[in-house]
Amino acid sequence: MRDFFIKIFRIGRKIKDQFHSSWMFICFLLILVLPFILGFGLLYKSNVLIREQSLLQLLFSGNWHPLKGEFGFWPFIVSSLWVTILSMLICGPVCLLSAIHLTHYAKKWVLKLMHPVIDILAGIPSVIYGVWGILLVVPFVSRMGASMGHPNSGYTILTGAIVLSIMIIPFVLNILIEVIRTVPRELSEASLSLGATKWETIKYVVLKKAFPGIISSFGLGISRAFGETIAVLMVVGNVVKIPTGVFQPGYPLPALIANNYGEMLSIPMYDSALMFSALILFVVVTIFNMGSRYLIIYSEKKI
Amino acid sequence: MGRKFWKNTEVGVYRVLMFLATSIIAIALLLIIVSILYKGLPSLNWQMLTQVPKGGYYFGKEGGILNAIIGSLYLSFGATILSFIISLPLAVYINIHRAKQKRLVNTVRFLLDLLWGVPSIVYGAFGFTIMIYFGLRASLLAGIITVTLFIIPIMVRSMDEVFKTVPKGLIEAALSLGSTRSETSYKVLSRQCIPGIITAILLAFGRAIGDAAAILFTTGYTDYIPTSLSQPTATLPLSIFFQLGSPIPEVQNRAYASAVVLTVIILIISIISRILSRKYYQERIK
Repeated sequence: MRDFFIKIFRIGRKIKDQFHSSWMFICFLLILVLPFILGFGLLYKSNVLIREQSLLQLLFSGNWHPLKGEFGFWPFIVSSLWVTILSMLICGPVCLLSAIHLTHYAKKWVLKLMHPVIDILAGIPSVIYGVWGILLVVPFVSRMGASMGHPNSGYTILTGAIVLSIMIIPFVLNILIEVIRTVPRELSEASLSLGATKWETIKYVVLKKAFPGIISSFGLGISRAFGETIAVLMVVGNVVKIPTGVFQPGYPLPALIANNYGEMLSIPMYDSALMFSALILFVVVTIFNMGSRYLIIYSEKKI
Repeated sequence: MGRKFWKNTEVGVYRVLMFLATSIIAIALLLIIVSILYKGLPSLNWQMLTQVPKGGYYFGKEGGILNAIIGSLYLSFGATILSFIISLPLAVYINIHRAKQKRLVNTVRFLLDLLWGVPSIVYGAFGFTIMIYFGLRASLLAGIITVTLFIIPIMVRSMDEVFKTVPKGLIEAALSLGSTRSETSYKVLSRQCIPGIITAILLAFGRAIGDAAAILFTTGYTDYIPTSLSQPTATLPLSIFFQLGSPIPEVQNRAYASAVVLTVIILIISIISRILSRKYYQERIK
């Protein structure tokens, strides 16, 4: 009798194990196919538009007249590029300097203070950044533009870039700190023992060794900035026009999608056009992500 | 002598710049929180937190944002629970069942990192196409599914990072004592990492409650508290966004007050996860 119960118990455990393992396997499959479903879903929806007009015309034409069926994404792409590159120009140096400071020079209390600061910055929702942008950055940029001879409303590409740069700082900074920390100690010790100063060691050894990692952290930052929606949408002005300066309003791709989903189904091909811009975002962001991560993996193998 | 002088100046200049860069980051956070509190606190009152919008709310009349607060909580709890059901098994699966197949595991990690990087608006657009395909309307359920897809990579990767730190010997000991792999996963590995798992959940929850782009298409917006999964739902980020778009100053002030509510929720989540992760490092088996 006792043997019987033990047998049942064993079978029960086996069945439980089977059940859990198969559920895990299902989840595993789900994650394996999810990126492809995402890509194909968007491609399937934007297919209508791609078939109708040539890809080159879609990407590089500036005519945006949805009612006439003309979809040229160039103004949006240019705006996205402006905002992204400008925000990286602000965020990059700040992050690099701060990462060197935090890894090599900072005192204990600074580290203790900065860890939660970075965490909280990373956790703040993008809509809050947008509100902050409207409260402080918009008036600031407006005044700055006026004093520099470019009067503007404050809702400009520069505003979007400033808000965006603060948003991606925690993201880029965390990777940079990680990258600089993985530089082997022996290398800097060798440099120091040969008589180089601390700063020379950092400049010629640590940064040189970490260079691929630094580039890839910037790449990841760019991909993060490229897809950011709400915060940018709230401060960037949203005017369909190819921007020619930082004090002009822009209309980045994510803002285009977010602003027009309401009319999406009432205008023919419009939904297809918006899905096409989502596809552009997906492809660009994924390429940047892949490149940067490959670079990190590659450089880690070399060390 | 001259060379040394220049060298010292260079170091000095860079040290000042580095310190400035770090302070800029800290000051930015301070500015964000102070400006939101300064603008929002005066308009924040009990009525706002306990009432749904009444007629004419969007013209500055009576009412509150209870619908958005409750809606956001429903949405984030739903999405967090749903993604937990998928994420925990997946995270233990790649750490125990497939631990030997390094290439496969690294590929999955790579895919998850890619998914983490995909902007939430793309998830939103994708969720919308699926919704249309199945003939669903904007609803709480559609929102939950979209947000779930969006936070799964975040949750899995952060759990995975914790599981990686668990000593191999512990798992091998459990397996050699005759426990099945799933028992090892759930009774040893997960139990060992409970604070880390909770941190991962909180991280995902924070992302879910703060995100606006993914739910813009899929959850819609109403003035009521939803009573079923098929109803549209208001959420805090969107309520801030819409109220801020109004030309009426009173409504805008309410947007700032709603921003205070959201910020406070995020700060609470962040503080809890800090306390937990500190405790985790003290108590885990090394």
